[in-house]
Amino acid sequence: MSTPEQARPEHARYVEKVATGIPGFDFIADGGLPKGRTALVAGSAGSGKTIFASQFLAEGIRRHEESGVFITFEEQPLDIRRNMMSFGWDIARWEVDGVWIFVDASPEPSHEMMIVGDYDFGALLARIEHAVRAVNAKRVVLDSIGAVFSVFESSSRVRHELFRIASALREMGVTTVLTAERREEHGAPIALYGVEEFVADNVVILRNVLEDEKRRRTIEILKFRGTTHKKGEYPFTVMPSDGIIVIPLSAIELKQRSGDMRVTSGNVDLDRMCGGGLFRDSIILVSGATGTGKTLMVTHFVHGGAAAGERCLLFAFEESREQLGRNAIGWGTDFDALEEEGKLKVVCEYPESASLEDHLVRIKGYIEEFRPQRIAIDSVSALERISTVRGFREFVLAVTAFSKHKEITGLFTATTPSLTGGTSVTEAHISSITDTIVLLRYVELFGEMRRGLTVLKMRGSTHEKDIRELVIDNKGMHIGSPFRNVAGILAGNPVQIGAAEMERLDRLFPADGGL
Amino acid sequence: MKQFVLKLYIAGRTPRTEQAISSLREICEKDLASVYDLAVIDVLERPQLAENEKILATPTLVKELPPPLRRVVGDLSNRERVLVGLDLAVRETNEERK
Repeated sequence: MSTPEQARPEHARYVEKVATGIPGFDFIADGGLPKGRTALVAGSAGSGKTIFASQFLAEGIRRHEESGVFITFEEQPLDIRRNMMSFGWDIARWEVDGVWIFVDASPEPSHEMMIVGDYDFGALLARIEHAVRAVNAKRVVLDSIGAVFSVFESSSRVRHELFRIASALREMGVTTVLTAERREEHGAPIALYGVEEFVADNVVILRNVLEDEKRRRTIEILKFRGTTHKKGEYPFTVMPSDGIIVIPLSAIELKQRSGDMRVTSGNVDLDRMCGGGLFRDSIILVSGATGTGKTLMVTHFVHGGAAAGERCLLFAFEESREQLGRNAIGWGTDFDALEEEGKLKVVCEYPESASLEDHLVRIKGYIEEFRPQRIAIDSVSALERISTVRGFREFVLAVTAFSKHKEITGLFTATTPSLTGGTSVTEAHISSITDTIVLLRYVELFGEMRRGLTVLKMRGSTHEKDIRELVIDNKGMHIGSPFRNVAGILAGNPVQIGAAEMERLDRLFPADGGL
Repeated sequence: MKQFVLKLYIAGRTPRTEQAISSLREICEKDLASVYDLAVIDVLERPQLAENEKILATPTLVKELPPPLRRVVGDLSNRERVLVGLDLAVRETNEERK
């Protein structure tokens, strides 16, 4: 997003963007912040404003060799240096290197001050201009300007003076991030003290909302004057080592399909039921009650992939690595050996060990690192516990979009609460996102618990509609013949039907193709 | 004898600056019945000094001596208020009582 720049101060037809370097943000910003302008970043206390502002400067230095000026109205430079060091941003060193400079406008308790008559912010402006020249800055941060309103009582005077500073910064050609507090997470006003009245062109809002006892951070670009950006709220996370990471979610969705290439599910019968295997870039949801064979299906998925020379990344949120390995051995698959060969990587984590956004970032990190052809998550319902419905949907969307983008086959399992029939909450929330749904169900017949399997949906392909019996032995799972004389399995209320009724049904619904 | 050390920070020569300087000179002559040392610092020429002293607004008058340190921001047009701000009004009444 850069073109040779001509004389274009006031009426530029084309607004150039500055890539902030904040992961994900430049994507939702269609390239970055409008160059040479001031952007208001508003958010409630603890929403991450100072991190955003610091990261804007830090990435400028690290990725673009652009120096920065940090004007602090609230925190002492000492605190900012220390707090940002935890993200690996060595501000003190950058100050020595002459690429970062503070203008300290934080309140000084020993400075007792009285206002007598009219004044302006000439001294502050002179200091800012001096600092910009000193390091040849391209990026400037003012954080956070609410503090200055509490020191100087006349809000209209302060607004006027800040407007003057914003204009001067524009003339200097620097791109500015100005942070301000807001009290409500949604609705007006955008920021306290009417700040948006003088920096209304570009507005970004950070939110930190408590939803169902869970914190959810989102970022929204409200407007960019004269240029485009993605609309709506996007979740973000603050990672200890990287700072803010914006999660663009479905934005990369539906970008490409890798044709009709099929891969094995690890079970020949299931492949046949699916019309010849799973699509390579599809997501399969396996839903069933506890003990119906979900983890076994994951094991087959791993095994089948490895046999075909594919690498599989398995995220286990319910069982320990040892337990998984033992189970797999019991079904004839040696996870340890596969891991040694580099065909498999198992990541076991407690769902509660991190927020869902953090899990997402980690999952993406593992995928980037291991470069698998298939991934399995066992189970996604374990992750649903730690999130809101909306957050969970976004998580699944994001993993799905990312996997498709990388042409990875994904197998997710979901646990249904009731033993026979019924759907899981998870299913209801994400079934429309996944391409294929396989249901595993207990079937009570003649006082015996048996297992049934059916392919409920298979996007882009025909599939068998029968409910077949599933048998599990020490070699794994075997799919048997359809339950021909039973109805109501999926409803959890199997009823045996007589031969006459069977015949009638057969006439009503003639067998379609092959099976 | 008390020594007054005053610094007036200004941002260029504006009408507001001139107003502050003339108000201050008048106060110095009339109210500071002692030796005073007044420096006028233009932050446009010496921005680093403003940085060191953390000056935001102009004009800002800093009374460095005698203690306590005091700052008065504005064009200093109200003499009474300036004296209060410099912590001089109280001092005068104390001395009158003696």
